[in-house]
Amino acid sequence: MATASVATHDTAHDHHDHEHHDNFVTKYIFSTDHKMIGKQFLITGIFWALIGGLLSVLFRLQLGFPEMNLEWLRPLLGGWITETGQLDQTFYLALVTMHGTIMVFFVLTAGLSGTFSNFLIPLQIGARDMASGFMNMLSYWFFFVSSVIMFISLFIKTGPAGGGWVVYPPLSALEQAIPGSGLGMTLWLVAMTFFIASSLLGGINYITTVINLRTKGMSFSRLPLTIWAFFLTAVIGLLSFPVLFAAALLLVFDRSFGTSFYLSDIYIGGEALPNTGGSPVLYQHLFWFLGHPEVYIVLLPALGITSEVIATNSRKPIFGYKAMIISMLGITILSFIVWAHHMFVSGMNPFLGSIFMFLTLIIAIPSAVKVFNYLTTLWRGNLIFTPAMLFSIGLVSFFISGGLTGIFLGNSAIDIQLHDTYFVVAHFHLVMGSASFFGLVAGVYHWFPKMFGRMMDARLGYVHFWLTFVGVYMVFFPMHYIGIAGFPRRYYSWTGFEFSNMYTDLNMFVSVAAIITFAAQFIFLFNFFYSMYRGRKASSNPWRSTTLEWTTPIVPGHGNWPGEIPTVYRWPYDYSKPGAEEDFIPQTVPLSATPESNLPHEQEQVKTEMEIIKDESEALVANEAKES
Amino acid sequence: MYGFLIAVGVVLLLSIVWMVYRIQTLVSVVKGSDKKIASGSNKVNAFLFLVFLVAVGGLMFWYSIKEFDNYQLPIASEHGVVTDRLFWITMAVTGVIFIITHILLFIFPYKYQYREDRKASFYPENNKLEVIWTTVPALVLTVLVITGWMAWSDITAPAPENAHVVELMGYQFAWDIRYPGQDKVLGDNDYRLTSAINPMGIDFTDQKSVDDFPSPKVVIPKGEPVLFKIRARDVLHSVFAPHMRLKMDAVPGMPTRFWFVPNKTTAEMRAELKNPDFNFEIACTEICGRGHNAMRRVIEVVEPAEYQKWLTEQKTFLQMNPALAEGIEVEVKEVAEIQ
Repeated sequence: MATASVATHDTAHDHHDHEHHDNFVTKYIFSTDHKMIGKQFLITGIFWALIGGLLSVLFRLQLGFPEMNLEWLRPLLGGWITETGQLDQTFYLALVTMHGTIMVFFVLTAGLSGTFSNFLIPLQIGARDMASGFMNMLSYWFFFVSSVIMFISLFIKTGPAGGGWVVYPPLSALEQAIPGSGLGMTLWLVAMTFFIASSLLGGINYITTVINLRTKGMSFSRLPLTIWAFFLTAVIGLLSFPVLFAAALLLVFDRSFGTSFYLSDIYIGGEALPNTGGSPVLYQHLFWFLGHPEVYIVLLPALGITSEVIATNSRKPIFGYKAMIISMLGITILSFIVWAHHMFVSGMNPFLGSIFMFLTLIIAIPSAVKVFNYLTTLWRGNLIFTPAMLFSIGLVSFFISGGLTGIFLGNSAIDIQLHDTYFVVAHFHLVMGSASFFGLVAGVYHWFPKMFGRMMDARLGYVHFWLTFVGVYMVFFPMHYIGIAGFPRRYYSWTGFEFSNMYTDLNMFVSVAAIITFAAQFIFLFNFFYSMYRGRKASSNPWRSTTLEWTTPIVPGHGNWPGEIPTVYRWPYDYSKPGAEEDFIPQTVPLSATPESNLPHEQEQVKTEMEIIKDESEALVANEAKES
Repeated sequence: MYGFLIAVGVVLLLSIVWMVYRIQTLVSVVKGSDKKIASGSNKVNAFLFLVFLVAVGGLMFWYSIKEFDNYQLPIASEHGVVTDRLFWITMAVTGVIFIITHILLFIFPYKYQYREDRKASFYPENNKLEVIWTTVPALVLTVLVITGWMAWSDITAPAPENAHVVELMGYQFAWDIRYPGQDKVLGDNDYRLTSAINPMGIDFTDQKSVDDFPSPKVVIPKGEPVLFKIRARDVLHSVFAPHMRLKMDAVPGMPTRFWFVPNKTTAEMRAELKNPDFNFEIACTEICGRGHNAMRRVIEVVEPAEYQKWLTEQKTFLQMNPALAEGIEVEVKEVAEIQ
């Protein structure tokens, strides 16, 4: 631990120069620095987002323009374009599957938690680095291996996994059922195993760091909401990912070693299989025991980031700091006991359905509280629309739109009709996909100056926001209509049925909107990479924010603070405090230095604070005496 | 040649955009507006939120009303009336919340956009407000949960004794349909008996199988309870009858069921919709492979009398394929020989 022995500014500085002679490999590749690991996750996440987005454009072409001749895609897709110039039906299912897997795990889990938990936890709690830099590095490289394997699976002859991102057996267990369940599925399982290991290594680190390495004065009640969110996310991941691992392991056994955990009474490909006694529903229980918490694993960090961005750019304290924490705690706990609402019509006991309907609708309450708190934070603020702020407001909008449709789906009676239709697709793409994605983008815009010491271009950010915000609504809002009309998901084409032989115009509209939205992301990409090298130089606290990361040098080196780690004296949301000169007071400013703006109860704390400061300076003097 | 021209055009366009962008950046640096806390763009963004609220909100209302008859599927079962009522009640409740929250969410940015002369109000908490907006949603949700739970309990309660049984078996990529025949009881089945001539794996040594008969479509009587017994032969499937508001997974190794009361005949629905070609349909809603989108069957709802007549007209499996009967005889012979 680098935190322990730093004494005065000067010695710390010398220390620094001696210790770290990074070469290219240790600095950019096998780095143990949390900031570099965060950036590695971010860049990999962006890469995957492009792949995942591209896959969605491919299948949207099929859904919006089923008659279109896709011969021009042959150089890219080869044999997956049929002789008549259509997309192969099996490959369509593989596209849907890989789009889901990539977006949920590789972009929104790794890209969001991996980037911001790594980058922000030490900076915002005042730590030199993660508790274990080495484990942190392993976490990224496990993820990298996982990525490579998943990427390879896109190119094999039988195609990648094609049973939907949930990979329900028996479809995913039997190669006879769909070609993607052969080698593609094997690679999927191997990749996910590495991915889970990566998540766990990261999660243990985040939890340990938040609990143990907070700087002096940084009590849990003074943590920024980002840190609370990352902390609780890591707890959820740590408790739920192992269950997915178990589910995957049993699936491997069923696939390769002839066990019957999930398989029973199957006649396929002209033969009756010997497996009996297994239950496909068991897999669904295990999968959704991760699968539902996973929703919050991707959503909570985004909500944390938004809380921070909205407070900063409203120049107001986040409304109901404690209520926000309690809501997140509530969501964390409840997220473990709602999983079976994905299975109302799976054939499980309907009594279980009643229980899970009840629990599911409870989880709407903390979510509602969060929304109302965001709104009240905006109310009577002094709002500055940085790109990060725009994306945060967009997130709140998606969170409302997608969250409300969850009330339909959580009601088992209504879910009978809506389950596995486009209504579900619209719901989760808004509340989990787009909301989390907006949180990710908001985070990038907001902390880019800290990551690279330069500013992203704001006007390109505005264009990016408006195109994406309108685009996302144009893509996903119409899906509610076709969902209510009963269009099933994962359909290559709907023309085979009378009830769904309509809305070709709406599907075309959605596809066009999807393509435009995807294209708009290249504005962001350009902005990101251009600004990294040529952007305007950032000032040390460009958003005039209160949190600790803005007290580091503009581009922090190893150990984050050249001298001693600053002490924290107040909560992170002292914006526009009455009496204060500026409209923000950083966490490092002692209450005793701001008598003009202290609230009555804070005035009392000043006394104890003075004592602490006195003790501390005495200790410091004693230390110095010893060293010299 | 065209490709080349287009490429040149695109390059030109991009470079013009690039130039404009650079010039604007330089101008803003010269003006010093990049140093300001909030530039003129702040006003534009604030205003755009209002535009978004009005334009997209208007679009939503317009389309929702215009298309109502298109996306609102006609209902043809008794419980469907209940679940649809719940759906629209939930829509009303959430719709109000949706509209109020979005009006606030987009008006606040306009109203409270940055002004140098104003300071945001320091308003960190208000426990009374928090309690209100915890309890109000809790109460509303309680009502929704209880009504939903009551409907769900009714729908999933055991089927009445007199329910007409129809068996649906999903396989890649179709549904096979079996009726229990005169004894009203389905014969045993065993997946190991499945073969080209016996795709449902029916055990014809079971007496109850003798009068079982297949059908290319589901025929059911109006106004009487119908019980779908659902199973799958290879992978997961899901029976979805959108007009009946009916959905239940078909699981290999675990038979499932769903009972309901159809309340409109196909003929009535055709008259109502003025569409003589209308049919009730069954689709598959659990991904099952290449032909997932092709598992169509027709449901024909008829008057009870007509249904009884139809029942008597059907030929059993054994009548249709004597080879199946031969199989039994052989087995019976074998058993006899052993004895």
